[in-house]
Amino acid sequence: MINLYPLKEFRYPVVGECVCPDTFQAKTCGEIRDLRLWEGNRQKKIGDLFKVEEDKSDVNLGKTILKIHGNVSKVREIGARMADGEIIVNGNAGMHLGVEMKGGKITVNGNVGGWAGSMMKAGSIEIHGNVGDYLGAPYRGSSKGMRGGRIVVYGDVGTEAGACMKKGVIKVFGKAGQFAGLRMKGGTIYVEGDCEGRAGACMVDGKIIIGGFVESFLPTFTIDSVKGKAKIEEDESVEGPFYVFLGDIVENGKGKLYVSKQKNPHLSDYEKFL
Amino acid sequence: MELLVKNGVVFDPVNKINGEQMDIAVKDGKIVASVSERRARKIDASGMIVMPGGVDIHSHIAGSEVNSGRLLRPEDHFKDVEYKTLTKRSGVGHSIPSTFTTGYRYAQMGYTTVMNPSMPPLEAKHTHEELNDTPMVDKATYPLLGDWWFVLEHLRDGKVEELARHVAWMMTSTKGYAIKIVNPGGLETWGFGHNVGGFDDQVPNFCITPREIVRGLCKVNSLLNLPHTIHVHTNNLGKPGNFQTCLETMRSVEDMGSEDKPVVHITHCQFSAFKGEDWRTMESGAEEIAGYVNGHSHVTLDMGQIIFADTTTMTADGPFQYSLYELNGNKWVNHDVETETSAGIVPFHYRRKSYVNSVQWSIGLELALLIRDSWKIFMTTDHPNGGPFTSYPKIIAWLVSKKAREATLKRINPRARSRSLLPSIDRELSFYDLAVVTRAGQAKALGLSDKGHLGVGADADIAVYNVNPNETDPSREYMTVRRAFKRAAYTVKGGRLVVRDGEVLKEVKGETMWLNVQVSEQMKMTDETEKKFREYWTVEYENYPVPENYLEVSHPIAVKASV
Repeated sequence: MINLYPLKEFRYPVVGECVCPDTFQAKTCGEIRDLRLWEGNRQKKIGDLFKVEEDKSDVNLGKTILKIHGNVSKVREIGARMADGEIIVNGNAGMHLGVEMKGGKITVNGNVGGWAGSMMKAGSIEIHGNVGDYLGAPYRGSSKGMRGGRIVVYGDVGTEAGACMKKGVIKVFGKAGQFAGLRMKGGTIYVEGDCEGRAGACMVDGKIIIGGFVESFLPTFTIDSVKGKAKIEEDESVEGPFYVFLGDIVENGKGKLYVSKQKNPHLSDYEKFL
Repeated sequence: MELLVKNGVVFDPVNKINGEQMDIAVKDGKIVASVSERRARKIDASGMIVMPGGVDIHSHIAGSEVNSGRLLRPEDHFKDVEYKTLTKRSGVGHSIPSTFTTGYRYAQMGYTTVMNPSMPPLEAKHTHEELNDTPMVDKATYPLLGDWWFVLEHLRDGKVEELARHVAWMMTSTKGYAIKIVNPGGLETWGFGHNVGGFDDQVPNFCITPREIVRGLCKVNSLLNLPHTIHVHTNNLGKPGNFQTCLETMRSVEDMGSEDKPVVHITHCQFSAFKGEDWRTMESGAEEIAGYVNGHSHVTLDMGQIIFADTTTMTADGPFQYSLYELNGNKWVNHDVETETSAGIVPFHYRRKSYVNSVQWSIGLELALLIRDSWKIFMTTDHPNGGPFTSYPKIIAWLVSKKAREATLKRINPRARSRSLLPSIDRELSFYDLAVVTRAGQAKALGLSDKGHLGVGADADIAVYNVNPNETDPSREYMTVRRAFKRAAYTVKGGRLVVRDGEVLKEVKGETMWLNVQVSEQMKMTDETEKKFREYWTVEYENYPVPENYLEVSHPIAVKASV
């Protein structure tokens, strides 16, 4: 296990692309300290910004575990493109956490900035705090969102969570901002708390389950049925009952939007269309 | 400054030099018979191919349309970033590189002249601003004239000579180089939400047909003695069965050719060579087109080869771009340029597994290989429509090696593979032919007498590729050839060494070539014309022309017209 301790409170953004178990693998502490990253417009070494320690007592066969202790909310791209291993951040993490992740696991015991898990393909991210906007969303302009993997957030998420998602699961146990599941093409988004609205805009396929209050959603969704429960994953489902809406009709979509019946009495008018 | 490229194996088709080991001497930006060996800077090109600098007859590198494409596709850029170096400015690449990167990447492949094929006259200033910012290459641009109201009106009234004077004014004031015609009549019709269905359909409100537009502008082209022919993007582009329209377009000007001089250039012909009723039955019409071109000398073509990759399609053909959007449902831009033309942009991913895309891939190469005379067909991808220009080395490999084609054939859609003509074609281009399709032929078709060859007096644009033609069998070692053409060993631009081992050594400005068409009687500016400008354009007549000082390095080419 490798422990990283930030030496200071970062003032400028740090692009920590190399802070990734795949890069650290089979490297000694000295070699890790020499890895280069950018702080603001200056190129630095990891050793300049972090204290690096190797904990030999914890032996994991072939798997690199990387632990960051402290606030790294200015450090971007932690675990970007990682394929294997594990990252644990005890503190807040910055933008672009686990971008294009292909495997492994990231756990953050704190808050995370925007674009977490952007374009991820596989692996899992667990965040015990709040997350910024664009969770699991694609890069600006692209339509290739999350294509697999699992993101679990125990706090709230910002806008456009799971935009353009094709496969995979996003579970949010807090609240979600506007446009959750924008242009979604597949996969599942579960929001236990309230949702700000416009959920599933332009969605073509996939499933969004909202367990909390939704003030309104787009008029381009039509009610389909009322269901007793909704399936999140293979072995996990939530009890309802839920209104099931289909949409987005403007995109000829057949996406499903599950909204809790109990928390949304104002939607009862829709029942007359059943 | 003197330069001597020593001991290279030279391929210079214009001067009939086929793989001769010789020295090329350069003085003051021009090729000369000899220089003093002691004083000149020497480049050792022994065991390497020496060719004239590459010429690209059709590549969308600048202008408002290209720039909208850049804005539309941040995701296309972010994986291909060029950092600032001591010699280069920073930029982004991929299917629509930023202007500086475009220049660098062309030079890195040994290209020194690039033609920007579509400029709405109204956007001429923007286009020239971007061309000014495209270093390393000489460039020119073709104004879009096929759907311009003045052209349509004059043709309707049968005033060809007056139209010729008008086009001369237009060419000079927009600093253009050739007459570009895109989907003649179709773009005007698109203004009313329709398209012309064929070569003899009428254009609404003008009562003329695409045939009359093509013939009329072809006549104008010969009256003005422009160096290039009319540059035509045919009607019905990208629709199954359109090879007939393409053949009709070529036939329509058959009688206008004199001697062996071509009178029409059909651009990105691959997109105009589809046979079949619909997308399911679509197949290659390359054989018919090649058959026609082989029997006639009034036409030149360029391939418009597609590459299996993600790219951005952009043409002035608004209706075609809209139908493309309907096909793939991707984000899109469609634009109407006042009374002149239209434009459309749609990102597109050409896929090996797609039947249609695989057939398209095959058509491009079939055209290049079935047309026997290399001086009639040129290598392009219609950058960025078929693929970015940076994939030229891939196409070179397919052209010089049957084995390379077979390797790709194995991976394409099986139904397309079984229908492709490529397995039956054994032809492999020699380096001599390659020099024709990538530089000499293009320069000749463009009427650039100083480019595309290494004879005495030519511009000292030289490309040296690190592959030994006497030892390398391109047919087997196509990867070696591909690598060599990807990164030129040396590129000399205007007598200065600008690229070594595929790295840019220094940034140089390229010239912007334009035609100064001299007519005996200038276009008359009637009150009516001025009124039209005021009523129909957002730009006043006085502000319309691009002044010469707008071009950073201006290279006017004087043309004496017969009117």
